[in-house]
Amino acid sequence: MDRLPLILSTLCFLLGFAATLAALRDGRRGPRRFHTAMMAAGFALQTFFLLQRGRAIGHCPLTNLFEVLAFLSWSAALFYFGIGRALRLSLLGMFTAPLLVLLQTGALLAPIDPPHRIFAPHNPWMEWHAALCVMAYGAFALAGVAGVMYLAQERQLKQRRLGVFFFQMPPIADLATANLRLLWAGILFLSAGLASAASIRLPVASSVWTWGGTLWGAYLLLLLARRLGPRRTALFSACAFLLAAAALCTFNHFYKGAAL
Amino acid sequence: MSEGGHILCLGLSHQTASVEVRERFAIPDTELSRALSLLGSLPGVAEAVIVSTCNRVECYASATDVRAAMCSLLQFAAERGGRAPTVPEPFYALDGEASIQHLFRVVSGLESMVIGETEILGQVKKAYAAAAAAGSTARHLNKLFQRAFNVAKEIRTCTSITRGPVSVGSVTVDLAEKIFGRLDACQAMILGAGETSELTARALLSRGVKSIFVANRTFERAAALAAAMGGEAIHFDEAARRYPDIDILISSTAAPHAVVTRAQLAPVLRQRSGRPLFVIDLAVPRDVEPAVNDLDGAFLYDIDSLQAIARQGMEVRQKEIARCETLIARHVGDFHAWLTTGRPLPSGNEPEAAAQTLHPAS
Repeated sequence: MDRLPLILSTLCFLLGFAATLAALRDGRRGPRRFHTAMMAAGFALQTFFLLQRGRAIGHCPLTNLFEVLAFLSWSAALFYFGIGRALRLSLLGMFTAPLLVLLQTGALLAPIDPPHRIFAPHNPWMEWHAALCVMAYGAFALAGVAGVMYLAQERQLKQRRLGVFFFQMPPIADLATANLRLLWAGILFLSAGLASAASIRLPVASSVWTWGGTLWGAYLLLLLARRLGPRRTALFSACAFLLAAAALCTFNHFYKGAAL
Repeated sequence: MSEGGHILCLGLSHQTASVEVRERFAIPDTELSRALSLLGSLPGVAEAVIVSTCNRVECYASATDVRAAMCSLLQFAAERGGRAPTVPEPFYALDGEASIQHLFRVVSGLESMVIGETEILGQVKKAYAAAAAAGSTARHLNKLFQRAFNVAKEIRTCTSITRGPVSVGSVTVDLAEKIFGRLDACQAMILGAGETSELTARALLSRGVKSIFVANRTFERAAALAAAMGGEAIHFDEAARRYPDIDILISSTAAPHAVVTRAQLAPVLRQRSGRPLFVIDLAVPRDVEPAVNDLDGAFLYDIDSLQAIARQGMEVRQKEIARCETLIARHVGDFHAWLTTGRPLPSGNEPEAAAQTLHPAS
């Protein structure tokens, strides 16, 4: 029953998304207040779930893939409220909600939450490192969402077919800016996560180091290679997040407790 | 002023009268207060509001005696236009539900030259404010106009009647805003000082474009246009050197070949750190190589694509008219019931009720 807040949170995100989509398809403006209320309620329920789980296990709730996915969804929602709303990008929430629903539904349905048997001793530094890395993934997730929005808007502009969403979408230049800022936020969190692990010599598997370093390098290179252009940056941020999320799941499956 | 309770409207608009006729009956702001006082003092008229814009001149009245009030309105109109006090051809005289429906249609933009335009709402609000300030409105017209503004707001929210640009100028401006957001940091360049490019540039300037460069084969013509628009004239041969500084390029030269090429713009886009470039090609034959649109960050629109979007916008609005009429009919019924039986009006803005009206099955 401790999963109930997460189930309710998923329903909130789904409801907000469905209401906005239905309004836009009918040619109406999205119900902004309702959508924001649903996103806020979903985020509050996520937070409650993670706090409750953390208290129950006596650890930061990052001890199995189920918790990692829930934490990742929470961090993406946090970046949505922290950076996304500050950038005033309309429909960012509508594009973010399905990702959160996907992450949480996957977490809830897959058999990835065994009864807790934590062998590792409580290590606050390890938890700090893990939390920072998952926060970085949250930022990359939202950058991926901004990237998908950029590509959708660019496609409409290039093909000169202005669809139902066109006039509701944010300006394409703002999407490119948001994409870059979120990538930088992700890089900062990932750098801090990796640096914290290195400085206190955490017992992390070498393959995890290799993966973390590769991911960090790839994102940094993308940000420093200014000649890449906005379309490729958007494409990269969308694809890179999918790859990174897949890799995160794989590592958590094969190195249970090692990475976190 | 008091009592009343029967709503009348006498007016003419772009649909019934030519501009020569409209300008004869138009009431300038400076005369509005006096005209309202005069209208309010006429027999049968309890309250009055005059809406006078470039496209319409309309008098709304709440009448104590319908017949006397309509005669008064006609006499008032006839005196302004120097005609006999009968219903002359370009005028329409409406009463009861028809006049309420007409006002709701007007504020919603359904009676406008460009369907769904929103400027009229501001104009009617101004007219109502002037009438209220002059003391020529009371219970009935206050309620009617406030309800009309609610109807307009609801129609804007619940339908797509105001959405989508409907002219080449508005398409360009809307696209520019969808590419850059705020235009006050954008610089534009006109290649070829023709009339169409000037109109487009003026539309962009009206939305706050920071500065404008004008390049033309004849420098004097560029200088004249630049001076008229507060921009900077440059020699045609120097235009390409300024491409890295500009965000919007409007081309409309008479050249028989492309004057803006992919090879010219590719390095420019690489220098722009991801900032997009909006290229508008208004020339026939086209000035800009179509391959420019394939460049990352470049968005090229020619005259055909701009016109197609404008047509699409107009079609969307035309399709929305029926939905607007459904909403208006409900509000007219509610208002008429309040007027005749005193049944309380439903509260102001009701998206749920609007949704129910538009989608009765849901």
